Amino acid sequence: MILASRNGNADSLSLEGRVVSPTQGIDESLRVTVTDGVISAIEPGGVLATVIAPAFVDPHVHLRTPGREDEETLQSGTEAAAAGGFCAILAMPNTDPVVDSAAVLGALVERAREESVVPTGFMAAISTGQRGEKLTEMAELAATGAVAFTDDGRPVESAGLMRRALQYSALTQRPLALHCEESTLSRGGHAHEGKVSAELGLGGYPSTAESVMVERDLELAAAEERPIHLMHLSARESVAALDAALAAGSAVSGEVTPHHLVLTDDAVRSLDPNMKMNPPLRSEHDRAVLRDALRRGAISCVATDHAPHARHEKDVPFEEAPFGVTGLETAFAALYTHLVLPGELSLETLLERMSSGPARTFGLVEPKIEVGARANLVVLDLDAESTVTEQGFRSLSANSWLLGETLRGRVLKTVADGRVVFAA
Amino acid sequence: MSELRLPAPARRHLLSIRDLDRGDVERILDTARSLAATLDREVKKLPTLRGRTVVNLFYESSTRTLSSFELAAKRLSADTMSVRSAGSSVDKGESLKDTALTLAAYDPDVIVVRHPSIGAPAFVARYTGAHVVNAGDGKHQHPTQALLDLYTMREALDRLEGLTVAIVGDVLHSRVARSLVQALGLVGAHALLVAPPTLLPRGIEALGCELSTDIGAIGDADVIYVLRMQAERMGPGEAFVPSLREYSALYAVTPERVRSGQVVMHPGPMNRGVEIDPRVADSAAALVIDQVRAGLVVRMAVLYDLVAQRPVRDSRAGEGARENREVPSALTGAPEAV
Repeated sequence: MILASRNGNADSLSLEGRVVSPTQGIDESLRVTVTDGVISAIEPGGVLATVIAPAFVDPHVHLRTPGREDEETLQSGTEAAAAGGFCAILAMPNTDPVVDSAAVLGALVERAREESVVPTGFMAAISTGQRGEKLTEMAELAATGAVAFTDDGRPVESAGLMRRALQYSALTQRPLALHCEESTLSRGGHAHEGKVSAELGLGGYPSTAESVMVERDLELAAAEERPIHLMHLSARESVAALDAALAAGSAVSGEVTPHHLVLTDDAVRSLDPNMKMNPPLRSEHDRAVLRDALRRGAISCVATDHAPHARHEKDVPFEEAPFGVTGLETAFAALYTHLVLPGELSLETLLERMSSGPARTFGLVEPKIEVGARANLVVLDLDAESTVTEQGFRSLSANSWLLGETLRGRVLKTVADGRVVFAA
Repeated sequence: MSELRLPAPARRHLLSIRDLDRGDVERILDTARSLAATLDREVKKLPTLRGRTVVNLFYESSTRTLSSFELAAKRLSADTMSVRSAGSSVDKGESLKDTALTLAAYDPDVIVVRHPSIGAPAFVARYTGAHVVNAGDGKHQHPTQALLDLYTMREALDRLEGLTVAIVGDVLHSRVARSLVQALGLVGAHALLVAPPTLLPRGIEALGCELSTDIGAIGDADVIYVLRMQAERMGPGEAFVPSLREYSALYAVTPERVRSGQVVMHPGPMNRGVEIDPRVADSAAALVIDQVRAGLVVRMAVLYDLVAQRPVRDSRAGEGARENREVPSALTGAPEAV
């Protein structure tokens, strides 16, 4: 498993503020000293408004490289990640070409060593070309650095191939990350099947299109005793299936996006293409269940599913627009504003689900604030307000679901792998 | 204490029935009725929109809607121009945004849009200063159809309040059904949707209508509104019903299923022998031709309502409200221009 980023000198700095590290049980005013990229001292500090926390980890990012460097590059995407407080991200393999061979993956890792501002891990495809026909050379891909395997963007339709992927990937000690969608149920769907899609006439994408596949994959994974990770969960039925699998002791984890936690399909009434994602925004009931699952920890990570799209491709009528929205730069502020401030989620839980949660899920080193650890820190101003504008992104794309919104909570500084990668 | 009462804001566009209130609907229907009187004259043209430009931008084939809008604009003395996707730069891959910007450069007063994508008329409205009329966008809305249907019902039955209208057929794929259910709700009429379970969209009852899968339910209705059953809904992977034969057996509106006193409507084009028995289509109960005639006067009324009745504000210019208060003399029943 390789997380690659551009080489540079490790930084030395001193930070003071309210240090919040939920997994370590820390919440006090401290001064954290970093020497040559390593935390060298933690001492009592003055009472300040800024929060210092373990930096975030995003397990689901589309960097669009190779193939669509007009939408995102390793540099722009990781600069966006740095601005969002992330110290590590995992990139999806649905690029052009697909990351389905050691040659493509190896070249990408090399490129990340030149361009990535933030340590970047890559997932490789489950099937060649993500066509769902034959397995990729998983052992070689894992040896080249693949963090996990996924055909994200599309499901593995064949149950037979999924079973084989579960069996064969055991050689690699890497989990499968699954985009669960039964495409005969989602075909023609542009929005959650419910009262909004009925009223607007949009093709419905029912919850069962996700949950039927979640159940299939959970059952296959349990039978093969292999770990799986369920990506971007949207439907309450899927959460129920996840709960049952966890209760049965299966090695399963799940993630949820900020947009599924904040919005409902009501937002689709605007027919704004930036409200179009796969899976779609669902009902208020689904949203409540997702929030609860994140709170309880059944869903262990927040994942942005950052999906940049060229402006001209989103500037079309809703049904013609591609699925996906950006999210790296707004994730913390969006969830702090919409979940923490109204009292739906504690700050500690949010910080945990954006940092330790995803790191643990993918076997990455958990960012911790302790002497001797590499510095992976985020400094937050919880009171600062900022308005999301098209011009304000480091990402090359601006297809954010938050355009025009004023959010509370700002990332002031990000330290990733001992280096200051972002300072407001 | 005196209160300053401002007039309701002008409706800039007609994109969805959802944008209207009951007053809007009644005003348009009343205007249409006044305009209908002018159609009996020898010279049918009114000077109301003289010097105005109405562009019809049609991305889907259409006979009745396009001809109806063209004629409506001409009867009001507007200059009209029709742009169809076939044979235009749309064929060359031009985006809707660029087509809208191109047409906007001619400064039209109204753009009438038909497009297979939901929300396309609203999209055009964003990039032009013209009033935009939705002439059908995907499965979403067809507001002038709903208005002409209300007009037809009111003329035939002398009221709208309290009527029960059974809408029969492929509701799932029908913009006509969606618009009509909302419009009926606005005027205090009841909508009943009758269709096989696979053609009733989940959640549609939230619009305020009742649902039934039994054709017998149409017996209680004042109006039977038959939707077109599209053969392409039977294609592989899209088989919403097993066959047209079984569909007709269960849901066709036949003479046996229509009781006396009921009227039958259809937005056209009809599939005789599929969703409607030819004997019903040709019976005195059928109002299909009345609907076509209503289409002309209602579309005239809509154009009048958007352009002539209220000051037009050019949103791009942001100033200089152009006004045209020229009210046709025949419009005795129409409300005063603001």
